[in-house]
Amino acid sequence: MSGAYLGMPAFPRAAAVSTRDTRLRANLTHATRTIRDKRAAAVAELDDWAQLRAAGAAVKDRTLRHLDHYLEQLEAAVVAAGGQVHWAVDADEANRIVTRLVRETGETEVVKVKSMATQEIGLNEALAEAGIRAYETDLAELIVQLGRDLPSHILVPAIHRNRSEIRDIFRREMASWGRPAPEGLADSPAELAEAARLHLREKFLSAKVGISGANFMVAETGTLVVVESEGNGRMCLTLPETLISVVGIEKVVPDWQDLEVFLQLLPRSSTAERMNPYTSMWTGTTDGDGPQAFHLVLLDNGRTDTLADTVGRQALRCIRCSACLNVCPVYERAGGHAYGSPYPGPIGAILTPQLRGVAGALEASLPYASSLCGACYEVCPVAIDIPEVLVHLRERVVEGGPVTRGGTRTVLKPAKGHAAERAAMRAAGWAFDHPGVLRAGMRLAARTRRLHPRRLPGPGRAWSRTRDLPAVPAESFRDWWQRTRGASPEQQGGAE
Amino acid sequence: MRVALFVTCINDALHPRTGRAVVTLLERLGVEVDFPAEQSCCGQPQFNTGYRHATEPLVRRFDRAFRDYEYVVTPSGSCAAMVRDNYPRIGAKAAAEGRGRGLADAAALAVPKMYELTEFLVDVLKVEDVGASYPHTVTYHPTCHGLRMLGLGDRPLRLLRHVRGLRLRELPGAEECCGFGGTFAVKNPAVSAAMGDDKVRHILSTGAEAVCTVDNSCLLHIGGTLGRRGAAVRPVHIAEILASTEGSVQ
Repeated sequence: MSGAYLGMPAFPRAAAVSTRDTRLRANLTHATRTIRDKRAAAVAELDDWAQLRAAGAAVKDRTLRHLDHYLEQLEAAVVAAGGQVHWAVDADEANRIVTRLVRETGETEVVKVKSMATQEIGLNEALAEAGIRAYETDLAELIVQLGRDLPSHILVPAIHRNRSEIRDIFRREMASWGRPAPEGLADSPAELAEAARLHLREKFLSAKVGISGANFMVAETGTLVVVESEGNGRMCLTLPETLISVVGIEKVVPDWQDLEVFLQLLPRSSTAERMNPYTSMWTGTTDGDGPQAFHLVLLDNGRTDTLADTVGRQALRCIRCSACLNVCPVYERAGGHAYGSPYPGPIGAILTPQLRGVAGALEASLPYASSLCGACYEVCPVAIDIPEVLVHLRERVVEGGPVTRGGTRTVLKPAKGHAAERAAMRAAGWAFDHPGVLRAGMRLAARTRRLHPRRLPGPGRAWSRTRDLPAVPAESFRDWWQRTRGASPEQQGGAE
Repeated sequence: MRVALFVTCINDALHPRTGRAVVTLLERLGVEVDFPAEQSCCGQPQFNTGYRHATEPLVRRFDRAFRDYEYVVTPSGSCAAMVRDNYPRIGAKAAAEGRGRGLADAAALAVPKMYELTEFLVDVLKVEDVGASYPHTVTYHPTCHGLRMLGLGDRPLRLLRHVRGLRLRELPGAEECCGFGGTFAVKNPAVSAAMGDDKVRHILSTGAEAVCTVDNSCLLHIGGTLGRRGAAVRPVHIAEILASTEGSVQ
């Protein structure tokens, strides 16, 4: 995983700071609500959305079940079409492969298409260490890169920035990366886009190496697909002499008929468009047209381990649309950086702890970064039951259990720091299984109710700092029933 | 018709008025109500925090308490959803681990008999006008588990629209979570409170005298947040509104 994210605090601590950032809150509320409403309208246009969604989930599940078969089919097809295929078991190996491939071209600059996989492995930082400068060409990724920032959203990485902040970043930083921002740059979207266009045009025309990810890979023909809005991707995929694509192994689909389902699901779910402006597809190399060398780096980096888990594997269906981020009330308030990974929001909360494991404090906190409201599951175009996986991963954190790490099945110990909670949950479980004990406790609470404090000490402060405590009634329902309905106490005790 | 009331642990201990309201309401509609005392907690707090194994005895207890009933009615959307969605998962996981004999069967028996109150009224009793009177302005917050796990749709609203004297005010951003989320409220207090603040702001914007839901656990959070602000809006469970009649004090 990218070094940029190392050592980030657990989610509750990061979120406690970011929720107080009023400008961030305002930017996120405005942006997520706008796209949320547009998505709902775009989805509502299709009568067969539910069937498309079911088909998307089914295609992904079928492909994942036979992933070895489709990956080998894909490799053979890419090689037959003139490409080369490299297998990377983790981030380090992928970075080493890409660095070597760029060095072999003799170039020290590359242009990049927006790619989650290369964010995940920290490719830009690895290339920089090797003296290679990577230029992000997606507008939002450019803003993040120029601002020495981290992406906070899968689709709109600079969602936490408003346009006046973007203008300031362009004015301050563009010159040190290439063509400076025009004199007197204003913060209108048209002017900002024009500044980026002029700045990037030089990069497109001079770069000899392009680096991309892919939204899909068609196993049948060895074709890679990038879906985008701005056209920067098309430039990077066609102008350079060498193209290197780093793609997660779960991005493969068997054939073009399967692809058709996702080309309907993805744009409506992500940008709320019926169809995205640019869909680029390429198959190996073609003489005299486009890059003459093509390398596909297939990335595992925890995906095979995730696939081994029968509940958690549904996270691998994800097509990175961001619909779950845009509807998530927790994401909207905490912002993307609190998730400590390029995958923020609900999908990040189930993907990161699976790809990286739950040993770290941040990773162990992510499954709890949700109120389990279920809005994410409702909008997911491939029906990932995110709340189900969150609860499943919570169990992995507090109770441990069997997991696969590095391809090996092991039994995980319960995470540290949950001993008090575990004891409390077990005590509560025991009391709830002994209604007599429970009733005695409720009667005690009722008798002492005038003594109850309005604010709690210790861990209870987390509740009573912002919320009043409920008043304890004089009589429990159980006691009222017994008193008024006249059944004998023996009948009322229940099996102890 | 005879039904068992599953009052839930929170209502038993903290909101007995809601339980009493369900009894009043169902008896008024000609339903015989039992309260099997063997019942306890559905296990949702433990399960949703990751302690699945601690919930297994509670699945068995639920089965024992309600085995003889065709209908189990509860005034809690999230507890009903726990039984319907998660009991089968608990049974299946135990079976996959080669343990928990009979757990999957207990879960399978529990699922079809579990009804959330408004669902039972509209789908089983087929009533929307329950003869209630509640002369107040009220706004309705659809709780997440009722809305998305149970799919209650507009059943609670249909019931509220027939209440005499009740003036219903639409809640802006109604379908957004209030920020309770069980242990989420204390594990992520900053985000939970921020969500609660927005929910309360929307509630106050309606000018309603009361906010109602199908779940007292969410009302604990919403009411606690309202209370801390000194707001006069009353948190009230929908059962207490539906049980109210002219002259009655619920």
